[in-house]
Amino acid sequence: MQELNINGSSVAVDVDPATPLLWVIREQLGLTGSKYGCGIGVCGACTVHVDGRAVRACSLPVAAVTAGQAIVTIEGLSTNGDHPVQRAWDDLDVPQCGYCQPGMIMSVVALLADNPTPSDADIDAAVTNICRCGTFNRVRRGIHLAAERLRDGGA
Amino acid sequence: MERVPLTLSRRDFVIGTTAAGVGLSLGLYLPSASATPEMADDTRELNAWVVIEPDDTVIIRIARSEMGQGTLTGLAQLVAEELECDWSKVTTEYPTPGRNRIRDRVWGSFSTGGSRGIRSSQQYVREGGALARMLLVGAAADRLGVAEAECRAADSVVTHVPSGRSLRYGEVAGDAAKRAPPDSVTLKDPRDWKLIGRPVKRLDTHAKVTGEQVYGTDLTLPGMLNASIRACPVFGGTLKSFDEARVRDMPGVRAVVRVDDTAVAVVADTWWQADTALRALPVVWDQGPNSAVSSASIAALLREGLDAHDAFVGNRAGDVDAALAGAAKRVEAEYAYPFQHHATMEPMNATARWTHERCDVWCPTQNGEAALQAVVEAAGLPAGQCDVHKIDLGGGFGRRGFSDYVTQAVKIARQLPGTPVKLIWSREEDMRHGAYHPITRARLTGGLDADGRLVGLRIRLSGQSILAAVMPGALKDGADMVTFQGMLPDGDHAISYSVPNLLIDHAMRNPPVPPGFWRGVNINQNAIYLECFVDELAHAAGTDPLAFRRALMVGHPRSLGVLNAVAERAGWGTPAAAGVFRGLAVCKTFGSHVAACAEVSVRDGRLKIHRIVAATDCGYAVNPQQIEAQVEGSFVFGLSAMLYGGCTVAGGAVEQHNFDTYRSMTIAEMPQVEAIVMPSGGFWGGVGEPTIAVAAPAVLNAIFAATGRRIRELPLRDTDLRVA
Repeated sequence: MQELNINGSSVAVDVDPATPLLWVIREQLGLTGSKYGCGIGVCGACTVHVDGRAVRACSLPVAAVTAGQAIVTIEGLSTNGDHPVQRAWDDLDVPQCGYCQPGMIMSVVALLADNPTPSDADIDAAVTNICRCGTFNRVRRGIHLAAERLRDGGA
Repeated sequence: MERVPLTLSRRDFVIGTTAAGVGLSLGLYLPSASATPEMADDTRELNAWVVIEPDDTVIIRIARSEMGQGTLTGLAQLVAEELECDWSKVTTEYPTPGRNRIRDRVWGSFSTGGSRGIRSSQQYVREGGALARMLLVGAAADRLGVAEAECRAADSVVTHVPSGRSLRYGEVAGDAAKRAPPDSVTLKDPRDWKLIGRPVKRLDTHAKVTGEQVYGTDLTLPGMLNASIRACPVFGGTLKSFDEARVRDMPGVRAVVRVDDTAVAVVADTWWQADTALRALPVVWDQGPNSAVSSASIAALLREGLDAHDAFVGNRAGDVDAALAGAAKRVEAEYAYPFQHHATMEPMNATARWTHERCDVWCPTQNGEAALQAVVEAAGLPAGQCDVHKIDLGGGFGRRGFSDYVTQAVKIARQLPGTPVKLIWSREEDMRHGAYHPITRARLTGGLDADGRLVGLRIRLSGQSILAAVMPGALKDGADMVTFQGMLPDGDHAISYSVPNLLIDHAMRNPPVPPGFWRGVNINQNAIYLECFVDELAHAAGTDPLAFRRALMVGHPRSLGVLNAVAERAGWGTPAAAGVFRGLAVCKTFGSHVAACAEVSVRDGRLKIHRIVAATDCGYAVNPQQIEAQVEGSFVFGLSAMLYGGCTVAGGAVEQHNFDTYRSMTIAEMPQVEAIVMPSGGFWGGVGEPTIAVAAPAVLNAIFAATGRRIRELPLRDTDLRVA
């Protein structure tokens, strides 16, 4: 059994320690917001936070995460889907098919926590998630909108 | 229970609304269940499209699939416009393909491709909304004891105008549902539209930002097992044997099954366990007849077609040989376009539950009816005992018009009766078993007269036919007219230029790599061939590329309209920023007129796409903000293919296995797209695909302007832009 702290709760899971964190989250814990896209850490659809840092959960063995580390998934980002980044995404109708967006949002939230006023170049360097529908123009606008709202007090 | 044999005839294929039929529809008409189709799904139903609950909730039924393109919202807008309902009360639901069959296809086609979702169902869904409104008004008038003609409906309320008395839709929906439908209906004049043409927000956004949206990969059913599959990576190869004993005792493994002649699957408690065991499973393949096929052998096959005598004519005018022979200047060039993979973010998947009495499948599909057909065939059960439950797609782009993954899921579930099995393809499986964008080459020859006017144009296309592989019944005397997309004399995919002497033909050369409809289909390469070559001709003529095009477009006012719009907005003819160069492209496809002007720079061989202005005239624009989203997204799809796409073949198999080798653009490479939505009215054009056509040629022409380098083979990553 392994202890994990996920979205603020402690849970015990009984899995092969080599199992990627993504599949523990999806199949053991039933949190399916984090997606499988490539399995090799390239596309970013599986992005979650470990201690506030964006990680590609498909390529991180669950054994590499300790009970003291806080894992946050899209489900744990806010109580009513109202994190400023989620609200910006809502307001601008950013998603198309939406499959990559939980990972995209988690990447963006981590970026803004690190850098509340990202330039376009900062965004280019930090957000490397793939979106085949091609929502990038709205993703960029959404990042700037969320950053602005966060600066104004998270309203 | 009815037993209707499922036989397909040519007549059963739906190939779109035009003669050329760039029908992305793989729609197979399932025979109707009975002579007297079962009627309403529930007693509150006003008609197939509309249910109104006592609390005023409006349920609009959507037959087409939502895969990101926004058709769910657009179709709901069309119904709601005529229904005169309160938009804030609108919800949607998908009828199942099985219900459609039982009800004699009351919802029409479920096929979602060819940028057809809105344009080919707008008429009957608007009628559905209008007929429902008439029932509600009639019921309210009766209840109030007044004449129907004195009542009007708005915002889900029927008001008797003289008295001001009113009833909510929810109050009269029960009565309305019992009334006989009116015999005829008059739709609103477009000038009176209140909801169509408005940039309303999507109905499906919120669940997509919270992670609550359930995709096929997320589905869980009680007692469900998970499967991962491997089919012979060599096209045409078969499964010889596998060593089950080596993985049988691995954690979670429940079964190792021969799916059919080509594939093996591991079924386990979790998908991770299934996939881990599958990767450890020793498998022996019979590689079949194609193990020596390579990109080089395919290129040789296509090159031979450039000079071959057997070719189908797509467009002919005047005497091109004489015109070229008499031309003051001749220009010739050869272009090529590679295989592409759809690479939907969500890999192929389907969940099936099979018993001896019934088979149900839950899956993302662009064609629910074709998926049902696949289920019926694989399940070995009568059609009335099968159904498909559609789930929103994590991307489609044409790939999910095919039902191979549905068939596989049923074949696996059939070996575990009563147990639901969720099959998810690994990304590697997904890339190796695509329905690839067809590979083609082209030789183009143009003749200019002494004044630099284009007097003759000869285009020989050589390459793969999608129809020959997936719906041969749609070939026209052997010809695949879809290969001439954007080059036809008239229709939804007509050439945007008038050339007095013209010959465009196609030598069909089909390598053993399965082709499919890939967002945009054949316009992707045809627009590159034509638009880059027209650019070459303009330069050869010493004429500005915009002026050169305009001279050929006198008879094509709508295409000229979008071209002028992008040229003006981009500032064509005025200096761009230092080091920045512009390129143009225009075409008509899927019934819409689109154009783009790209601004790029190339420094030390590094390409930067700064800005793209793109214009769309789709006739009627249902939701302009979603059209903008489709236009922006089209550049990611089209430019990813141009920059990095391209599947290569070695040993009869595709060499790219994942997003590291089949790359896709990220936000860092995304240009700012300025979309001009300019609906001129009077027709319904498609939106999801047309703009992809102009993405690559506009950028390639801008690269030429910047470097003097003409790119004729893709992907661009193979070209060193430092070399002139």
